[in-house]
Amino acid sequence: MMDLTVNGTTHAIDADPDTPLLYVLRDHLGLNAAKFGCGLGQCGACTVMVDDRAVLSCVVPIALLAGRRVTTLEGLGTLDQPAPIQQAFIEEQAAQCGYCIAGMMMRAQALLQATPQASDADIRHALEPHLCRCGTHMRILKAVHRAAALMRAHDPVRGAL
Amino acid sequence: MAPLPTFSRRVVLQGAGAIMVSFSLRSLPAGAEEAAPSKLPGSLAVDPHLDAWIRIAPDGGVTVFTGKAELGQGIGTALLQIAAEELGVPVERLTLVTADTGRTANEGYTAGSHSIQDSGGAIRNAAAQLRELLITEAARRLGLPSDQLRAERGKVTAPDGQELPYAELAAGVDMHVAARPRSVFRDPGSFTIMNTPMRRIDIPAKVTGGAAYVQDLRLPDMLHARIVRPPSYRAALKSVDLDAADKMAGVVKVFRDGNFLAVVAEREFQAVKAMRTLAASAEWDETAILPAAGRLADAITALPSRDLYILDRHDGTGQAARTLEATFTRPYQSHGSIGPSCAVAQAVDGSLTVWTHTQGVYPDRAAIAEMLHLPLDKVRCIHVPGSGCYGHNGADDAAADAALIAMAMPGRPVRVQWMREQEHAWEPFGPAMVTKVSASLDAAGRIADWRYEVWSNTHSMRPGAAGSLLAAQHKAESFPVPAAKPLPLPEGGGDRNAIPLYVLPNAAVTYHFLPDMPVRISAMRSLGAYMNIFSIESFMDELAGAAGIDPVTFRLNHLDDARARDVIRLAADRFGWADRGKVVAGRGFGFAFARYKNLAAYCAVAMEIESDTGRVRIKRVVSAVDAGQTVNPDGIRNQIEGAILQSASWTLYESVTFDATRITSVDWATYPILRFRDVPDSVEVHIIDRPGQPFLGAGEAGQGPAAAAVANAIADATGLRLRDLPLNAQKLRKQLREGL
Repeated sequence: MMDLTVNGTTHAIDADPDTPLLYVLRDHLGLNAAKFGCGLGQCGACTVMVDDRAVLSCVVPIALLAGRRVTTLEGLGTLDQPAPIQQAFIEEQAAQCGYCIAGMMMRAQALLQATPQASDADIRHALEPHLCRCGTHMRILKAVHRAAALMRAHDPVRGAL
Repeated sequence: MAPLPTFSRRVVLQGAGAIMVSFSLRSLPAGAEEAAPSKLPGSLAVDPHLDAWIRIAPDGGVTVFTGKAELGQGIGTALLQIAAEELGVPVERLTLVTADTGRTANEGYTAGSHSIQDSGGAIRNAAAQLRELLITEAARRLGLPSDQLRAERGKVTAPDGQELPYAELAAGVDMHVAARPRSVFRDPGSFTIMNTPMRRIDIPAKVTGGAAYVQDLRLPDMLHARIVRPPSYRAALKSVDLDAADKMAGVVKVFRDGNFLAVVAEREFQAVKAMRTLAASAEWDETAILPAAGRLADAITALPSRDLYILDRHDGTGQAARTLEATFTRPYQSHGSIGPSCAVAQAVDGSLTVWTHTQGVYPDRAAIAEMLHLPLDKVRCIHVPGSGCYGHNGADDAAADAALIAMAMPGRPVRVQWMREQEHAWEPFGPAMVTKVSASLDAAGRIADWRYEVWSNTHSMRPGAAGSLLAAQHKAESFPVPAAKPLPLPEGGGDRNAIPLYVLPNAAVTYHFLPDMPVRISAMRSLGAYMNIFSIESFMDELAGAAGIDPVTFRLNHLDDARARDVIRLAADRFGWADRGKVVAGRGFGFAFARYKNLAAYCAVAMEIESDTGRVRIKRVVSAVDAGQTVNPDGIRNQIEGAILQSASWTLYESVTFDATRITSVDWATYPILRFRDVPDSVEVHIIDRPGQPFLGAGEAGQGPAAAAVANAIADATGLRLRDLPLNAQKLRKQLREGL
């Protein structure tokens, strides 16, 4: 049994310490956004944030996460109150099957929190570990640019950084 | 976006009903379905009852039914647009029910860019005829002639302002009536919902962590299963220790049926650990049956073939001045879904329900019922979206896995999730192919004769028969793999798009159909069209070069189809083809065109690439597409953008690898695909709308043209003609070295 803080709530988790975070998020906590894609850290579909960094939840055992803050896409916003990154992906219609998208969005969120003025090269570089099979890349890039603009508008002080 | 050129609207004025009828006669594939006595358009031929497609509830809620599945291609949204427009109801009031053997018509597979043509055709006609019934009922109640009434926004309105809501009228209308062959459609000029970009209904859940996929299905008391697959095709289990896995924490059952092994556990990661333990204990007898990967083209052309002479046309004209020939090869390629296949099944009182991302709930049900010796009516298959599939991936096999295990665990739902290496090693790949083409130019630079041969397996081993399913093959009562059949023209399989659309007075095309399948294969997006268009459109550039004629002009010189000419000119114009400038080192331009299946959407692609020491990056793409009457312009753009990037990935990087015994491309490290650093700077899609014309399937139309445009741009940039897919950096560097 260990405590795990996800989207601001601390849960007592009954799982072996070697259990990858992804399985706890999906199976124990019933969260949908982080996806099983490869279990090998090769595709990015499982990406969440730990503290403020994007991590591949399929290869991070929960034993490493005591005292850390885990954020998933569910923790950013909701259908009724979407976060800027969610609003941006809806406005750009940046999904086909959408299976890879939640991971992409978490990577982009981490990037834009650290670098509000991220350049196109920064965005492409950050998304390099992520695979999309539908070929939605152009829209994903546009959506991340749009999210950056929305986030800067929401927080003009940090947005100037 | 700049305004598009305008086109004649004459077709609109001819009367839409007649157009739908001519469309339905022309677009049905050859074979038994065509011979059906009904002349009903689209999938109305499958179920002519209006209420099989649309129902209006007493509260005014409207439900639309489709036998097609949402695969991430956006058809759910487009079908609602069609229904909303013709019926006269705001989209928000519509609910969509997709492929479910318990609720929807049997529309076969969601494949071949057919959904809008077939299901959209049925829904459009049903909506238009329901609207007429509602108007007739309103006319009766109001004592007014029908032609004075308008049906909009869910109500029928009279000239004096009286209104009757559909909900009220529906009570007096029998909607369980057979459709008539002709409908009165709304004038495309009055559309407010169709031909308007509409946001996809499924995207909000997908970007907020809603339950959107079969992977997200969590039924009460659900168990988690994992399969232990054999290490190779035809491997036989020698020995296995079931007890070690059985004793592990959370394990509920360890399952063996012949060569089929699985574990079932309370928690998902417990199942993963038990799977690993079970796999480690299994010993298999393996057989080296795979072809020599290094000489794949020789292995493919050496397979026994059944030769189909699909075109032989000679008019005696044309004086050959010079002849060119070339051979093109395509390796086995993977669908490579980002999410490995998954299914949930539950057996209750001898009845089985399977939630699956199959492309065909009815054929999948038939196969599962046969495998389990259950009557058809005891099995229900319900489609739930999965990760994008792009054809026949592991979906049906995962459904069969879950079904087989669930029958042994009555009452409790069983969720089967494949692992990455299982999807990569066991999915049925897109078949390897070889093409040979030779053609002669006359003195004026026109094609005097054309000979084309294609070697290919079938492009569909989809279920229907139990033997298509891995679980059925592997269990002790093993079902044999069904014999392969070539898919009939005009749509074709290995020969899809093997007959060029170009005007060729002397042409012969042969399909060497290969019944033996040393590697497990089936349908992958666009089937043989990808390879045939890659070959034909590469060779058209070679001929243009030999004739000293610009590649776009050369194509136009050989085309009399006005719509084909329009997409080519539009793509070339928006790209700035004529002003593309002189080729500088490492920079090149490529162009290609096809009409998918020679009967669906038209697509032209112009591309600029840069190549640095073998590595190719696409810089800019401009495409034009004619999909007939447009339903959701943004949906078409999204599909064509995706088709171009996916095809570029197949073309530049992708090849299934294997040794004599095992598939060795088992993850993303061994099967590399497109990554962000190689994504273009821009991709434009321009749509030519054809108001009132039939819908033309667009979902697969970009695969072939994009591939050939890449090859043609590489040739333009480097002077090297690559014909052996994939056109990767290793091959390009080798040719550059040898060429110097």
